[in-house]
Amino acid sequence: MKLDVRQIEKQFVLHNRGGVRVTGFSDISFNVARGELLALVGPSGAGKSSVLKAIYRTYLVNGGSILFHRQDGTVVDLAVCTESSVLELRQREIGFVTQFLKVLPRISALQAVAAPLLELGEEEDAARRRAAELLAFLNIREELFDISPLTFSGGEQQRVNIARGVIAPKELLLLDEPTASLDEESSSRVLKLLGNLKKQNIAMIGIFHDQRKVDQVADHCYRILREA
Amino acid sequence: MLLEIQNLSKVYGVSCGECLDLTGVADDSCICPVCDSVVAMNRVSLSLDGKEVLGIVGESGSGKSTLLQLIYQDQCPDNGRIFYNGFCDRHGVPLNIFEASVSECSVLRNKEMSMIYQNPRMGLNYLFSAGGNIAEKIIGAGERSYEVVRNRVIELMGRLELPTSRVDNYPDTFSGGQQQRIQIAKALSSSPKLLLLDEPTTGLDLSVQAKLLDLIKELQKEMGFAMIIVSHDLGVINHLTDVTMVMKHGCLVEYGLTDQILEDPQQPYTQLLVSSIL
Repeated sequence: MKLDVRQIEKQFVLHNRGGVRVTGFSDISFNVARGELLALVGPSGAGKSSVLKAIYRTYLVNGGSILFHRQDGTVVDLAVCTESSVLELRQREIGFVTQFLKVLPRISALQAVAAPLLELGEEEDAARRRAAELLAFLNIREELFDISPLTFSGGEQQRVNIARGVIAPKELLLLDEPTASLDEESSSRVLKLLGNLKKQNIAMIGIFHDQRKVDQVADHCYRILREA
Repeated sequence: MLLEIQNLSKVYGVSCGECLDLTGVADDSCICPVCDSVVAMNRVSLSLDGKEVLGIVGESGSGKSTLLQLIYQDQCPDNGRIFYNGFCDRHGVPLNIFEASVSECSVLRNKEMSMIYQNPRMGLNYLFSAGGNIAEKIIGAGERSYEVVRNRVIELMGRLELPTSRVDNYPDTFSGGQQQRIQIAKALSSSPKLLLLDEPTTGLDLSVQAKLLDLIKELQKEMGFAMIIVSHDLGVINHLTDVTMVMKHGCLVEYGLTDQILEDPQQPYTQLLVSSIL
């Protein structure tokens, strides 16, 4: 077992809109084992991304528990543990590949992808070489490597983002629509990467819209329905 | 735990004894209705881990700078305690920094912590050269060899992209951004474990601001010190910090991971603040 999500729920209270309550999701339970990919599926607005954000603690849940099994065998509840422990886990054990790339405009694609490896103490040259390989595998043209990825097309940005997320994979990866704006060829490359990660015993939770991709790469599927 | 703040309060004026209860977020004021005292800090508790970067946000007058000044012992609180990792009395019992003697505290101020003020005039002595200012802190931290001090000054100036040939020039002959970098060089010269920054880039133009913030971030990763940054600019907070505390009327309104504060703010004031981003 890597992650065990039990009956989490989330409501947003908008104080500056007269205290209106908006339900993000409710009664969500699933679990993921090491080396498995769980696909979250469901209509837009059902709360799939919110669930990922809750696991990453960008959103606070109103109830339930999110039990994460650490490398050292201990179990922490991500719903209630201290901010310091979340920070430590984010640094070493939990990664989030967001749907859209967020980098500073003065960082090149190669730098952006190599950064997670450098943080682990990898040599500059080796990190850049690995980043270049990964970008090339994802069909990013070499002439773009030293340019800010913010100038890239949507699909290219997404591939840079994925490369950055998997170059030094953490034990649990959260993937928000990793293939949303990619063509067939690029999608299948990304799915291949995810398949490799499973072999490295990485646990993953990914949001997908295309059932064929789910069949191709996911071990389990959890459907979230929009609140009535 | 690097820093542990317990129940810290600071009142400007003759306190009537009920100021803390009669002011705050619920009362929407930090001025005591009975005695007109200003409550700058109202029972704030907080802890900071070794390598964390904490941001403090909140409107003007909410007590952000007061908190930094209390931690740096520029001011004394009316109530409350601050413990600093490893700061103990002779028997090894943790010592509240406000109960320590001046000489005991000088270790904290000269070696363990550094402050970077919004206005370099607060942090630098304009009668000393740029190099002299940086050297002052190195000497305060215990170094006595002229050569070692001089070399360290020049190394730091180079690191902060200041022209080392100008080491003996006075601060007011440098540009505003350069003066701020002299202040940062001075602050880092003692290899502090905690860096306090009060609006470090307010008033600088955008490109200088970006360069300085990148540099601060790089140095933080390299040297591994903890930071507390006061800023009005949520972009700066988002860029630099791990955790954020939101203050209003001297009170701690909300504390959380920076991305959580920005994307899922819980309190009415935090929601208002976040919705005000341009």
